[in-house]
Amino acid sequence: METKKTSLYQLHQDCNAKFVEFAGYQMPIQYSEGIVEEHKFTRNHSGIFDVSHMGQLFIYGGDELIRDLEKIFPLDLKNLKLNHSKYSFLMDKDAGIHDDLIITKTSEGFLIILNAACKDNDFKILKELLKDKYKMIMDENRSLIAIQGPKSSEILNDVINGVKDLNFMSGNWFTFENQRVYITRSGYTGEDGFEISIVNDFVDKLTRELINKGSKLIGLGARDTLRLEAGLCLYGHDLDKDKTPVEANLKWAISKERISKGDFIGSDIIIKQLNDGVSKIRVGIKPEGRIIAREKTKIFNQSDVHIGEITSGTFGPSVNGPVAMGYVENEFSKKNTKVFLEVRGKKHPASICSLPFYKKSYVKGVN
Amino acid sequence: MSEVKYSKEHEWIKLDGDVATIGITKHATEMLGDIVFAELPEKGSNVEKDGTAGVVESTKAASDVYTPVSGEVVDTNQAIVDDPSKINQDPEDSAWFFKLKIKDPSEMDALMNKDDYDKFAKETSA
Repeated sequence: METKKTSLYQLHQDCNAKFVEFAGYQMPIQYSEGIVEEHKFTRNHSGIFDVSHMGQLFIYGGDELIRDLEKIFPLDLKNLKLNHSKYSFLMDKDAGIHDDLIITKTSEGFLIILNAACKDNDFKILKELLKDKYKMIMDENRSLIAIQGPKSSEILNDVINGVKDLNFMSGNWFTFENQRVYITRSGYTGEDGFEISIVNDFVDKLTRELINKGSKLIGLGARDTLRLEAGLCLYGHDLDKDKTPVEANLKWAISKERISKGDFIGSDIIIKQLNDGVSKIRVGIKPEGRIIAREKTKIFNQSDVHIGEITSGTFGPSVNGPVAMGYVENEFSKKNTKVFLEVRGKKHPASICSLPFYKKSYVKGVN
Repeated sequence: MSEVKYSKEHEWIKLDGDVATIGITKHATEMLGDIVFAELPEKGSNVEKDGTAGVVESTKAASDVYTPVSGEVVDTNQAIVDDPSKINQDPEDSAWFFKLKIKDPSEMDALMNKDDYDKFAKETSA
């Protein structure tokens, strides 16, 4: 299969991007300044991410759709306000995670943002679960960009007036060049920011305007170091079908109201795990010194017993040191527990720590 | 001091008497991206031609550093361990990796000169 290009491909080239293939797309891994500079620029100023490879699934429907989606997602969608978003997951009957996602209530139904590598499978699963009752469109005519970092609100508001008044995890329709754009105040870097859904033909123009106002394009490399410092999961690494949301330490994203009813896919396992506990759980791991423990690194306890594995690990430019997360047996998951990481045949000391590594600065409410 | 030679694994080597200084090339650092971790061989240890003699890591991945000649490690550059970004800044001079007391000067013969290396680097990265 030929690799796909996003509508920003030319702009990426103009900005000297190095490309990698990611989920069937040619995506920029970094630009000329490199991952560390791009990471810091996002934390200190504002960075733009092309996330057009992600799925933008619009599902159209009313109250019946809400009831049907509540059988799928562990969310209180009935009481979710118009234009508000929630982080959630698509699970199988054993509560294994097919994908993690952001779902937003729109005036016509719901918009679900899906991971690029999972979106086609998600579409199939949802279509089957919803029994073809609703119009579902995976919109290939729209691009998606994220603008993240402390200066982003000011920069985006200069181009699209009014966005600075959005609250965290809420969105609305705005206008750019007479085009309707849907903007939510959200992101995946641990910084304040926005995600902008815009028709393909206008994304290049919008992005160039944001660059002119002082933002910069940032590649997938820095996106990974930013999200890891923020303690956020990457599907296919920290989350997969062999892990449940409770094991992934994401129970905050499951509605208590819905748990009490227990009528969604995977709810039996979720309720059991919430009551009885889990045998493995996702934790933050801070290596001592500078050693970097990457995905699949084995974790040992102080008695040299294998107790888990790293699922994401890199160097955190803002932390200025190595950062990692992984799954360990529950009894070793307490903060400050000493563990050892096997890197290139040697065991290196590390400790379990709380997440995030880098403190978030989301704007909670401006109104 | 002799001419600087280069290996296919993108190391440079400069011989001064029987002591060789070894580091990685500018081209290598450009391919790796920002280097955030460096591990060097132990002083006093012996390394064999084409064997691993260290590790560098970027934010993305780890890569082995090889030695183009055999010898005993007589010195290592702690400055690049303490601040690996120095490797990106000055790879072919102050950010050297280790010094070897070499065993067999003829091992230098098979290595490339600057022109040949530049050509090799261009071809292999195209």
